[in-house]
Amino acid sequence: MFKKIGLLLLVFIAVVSLVGCGGGKKAVQIKGSDTMVNLGQSWSEEFMKKHPDIPVAVTGGGSGTGIAALINKTTDIAECSRNMEKKEIEIARSKGVDPYETIVGNDGIVVVVAPENPVNKLTIQQLSDIFTGKITNWQAVGGPDKEIVALSRDRNSGTHVFFLEHVVKLGKKGNNNEFAKGVLMMPSNQAIVEEVSGNSAAIGYIGLGYLNDRLKAVAVGKTVAGPYITPSIKTVGNKTYSVSRPLYMYTNGVPSGEVKTFIDFVLSDEGQKVVLDMDFVPIR
Amino acid sequence: MRRKLFERFVERAIFLSGIAAVILVVLIFVFLLKESIAFFSQVNFFTTLFNKDWYPISEPPKFGFLPLILGSVFVTFGAIVIAVPFGVAAAIYISEVAPSRIKDILKTGIELLAAIPSIVLGFIGIVALAPLIKYVFRLPSGLTALAGSIMLAFMAMPTIVSIVEDALTSVPKSYKEGSLALGATHWQTIRRVILPAAFPGIVAAVMLGIGRVIGETMAVLMITGNAAILPHSLLQPVRTLTATIAAEMGEVIQGSLHYYSLFGIGFVLFVITFFINLMADMFLHRKRF
Repeated sequence: MFKKIGLLLLVFIAVVSLVGCGGGKKAVQIKGSDTMVNLGQSWSEEFMKKHPDIPVAVTGGGSGTGIAALINKTTDIAECSRNMEKKEIEIARSKGVDPYETIVGNDGIVVVVAPENPVNKLTIQQLSDIFTGKITNWQAVGGPDKEIVALSRDRNSGTHVFFLEHVVKLGKKGNNNEFAKGVLMMPSNQAIVEEVSGNSAAIGYIGLGYLNDRLKAVAVGKTVAGPYITPSIKTVGNKTYSVSRPLYMYTNGVPSGEVKTFIDFVLSDEGQKVVLDMDFVPIR
Repeated sequence: MRRKLFERFVERAIFLSGIAAVILVVLIFVFLLKESIAFFSQVNFFTTLFNKDWYPISEPPKFGFLPLILGSVFVTFGAIVIAVPFGVAAAIYISEVAPSRIKDILKTGIELLAAIPSIVLGFIGIVALAPLIKYVFRLPSGLTALAGSIMLAFMAMPTIVSIVEDALTSVPKSYKEGSLALGATHWQTIRRVILPAAFPGIVAAVMLGIGRVIGETMAVLMITGNAAILPHSLLQPVRTLTATIAAEMGEVIQGSLHYYSLFGIGFVLFVITFFINLMADMFLHRKRF
């Protein structure tokens, strides 16, 4: 009996030490925004083709999770679909981490409705009124007499925060607008796609990369007079489409060593081509 | 000598495993309490509990638990109303009526139901159930408390069926024989003798079913719409306690009041499930007559 247990233990120790030896090289750790996790994955795949000696590991979890990991020094790069907040920078500094920001791409936020919905264009003010619950019927914005079902991403999403600040609050600091309580909070871009494509009364917002032909993108105007701009990689890139945001990578201090090699690759023409392939918008 | 040593070693090991669960629960409770004290020391406990606005990331933030508590209560209530009649009926059929071959098939089937991951049920809910509810009740959207209730009823059913079945089977055989010998029919025996005798077990099953449902997260997050309103019907979207924690934990700023408020929600949820389980236990261990 003891012999058997002893043997098992030996085998166990042998296996563990073998596994331990395998990972000799320290990988570049990337963690953060769910919007960017696929993008990060593609970058790392392309990067490792060129630099097989530098392993890169990418995980999601949300922008906040990435920043928390950067502060706790468990990741080298935090991917983030929003700015770091003042409070987060304070906490980071107090723990000896100096966040350094690099803009690595842009993302357009697309307002979508079902294809059979006759509404093609809305102003930012109308969007704000819809999501704050001031407008509750499609008739008020030139549609049929139907109750509007407004869909938002949940608060775990950088997209939610962006839409709240730039559309619901009309981009004005100190504005007290809030999402109406009746707005449905969806756990993912995909959940919004599912609900909007099957519901002619629904309206929601998603990342540009999630747009497909089961949905219709609404053209957005700053004033009633227009011009109304349809979101696309081109209009987001030349900043004529206003509901767009930068995508960030945060590092502890100015990047150096392998982390620098990786970020330089991300910013290179090759890296920015990956951005385009993934339906995001390159920085130039 | 060696055998004796081994014996003692095994005894210790089993003892440790036995109390590990209890220690874990205590540790989790202490941790939750510690983190939620950081929240409840900055807000008034009762106004938070009964405030009806949940706007945690606004300026100033509003932490009202009432819509979330009501959301959980609505979904759970709906699920139990659906699951209990079906569950008890299924258990009666399995333990009293079904021939042994069908009994085996049914029991395996119900156990399989328990093995379906909740995210799969949530996915089925969002693509199949929600559109159906929208169509049947002519609602603007099918993402409602009712959709969550139906899916959670599926999840509570295995718990309810297996515990009720246990309770029915453990009713002494002499009760049944006595009743039949007095000329009662099979149904009369079940209704007047077996069910009353198994009643504490049935109540315990319902309680454990409630505990199972109120703590479920993934399926409700996907199909209840998550709007933090004060619901007054099952045909409205709701935001449950669990979905709120799951949805907001990923993006919360660590160390902020919002972060601690999520632990506050966790604490409220823990207290609720603790009391439900306690009640279930009291009924399970009540002395039978």
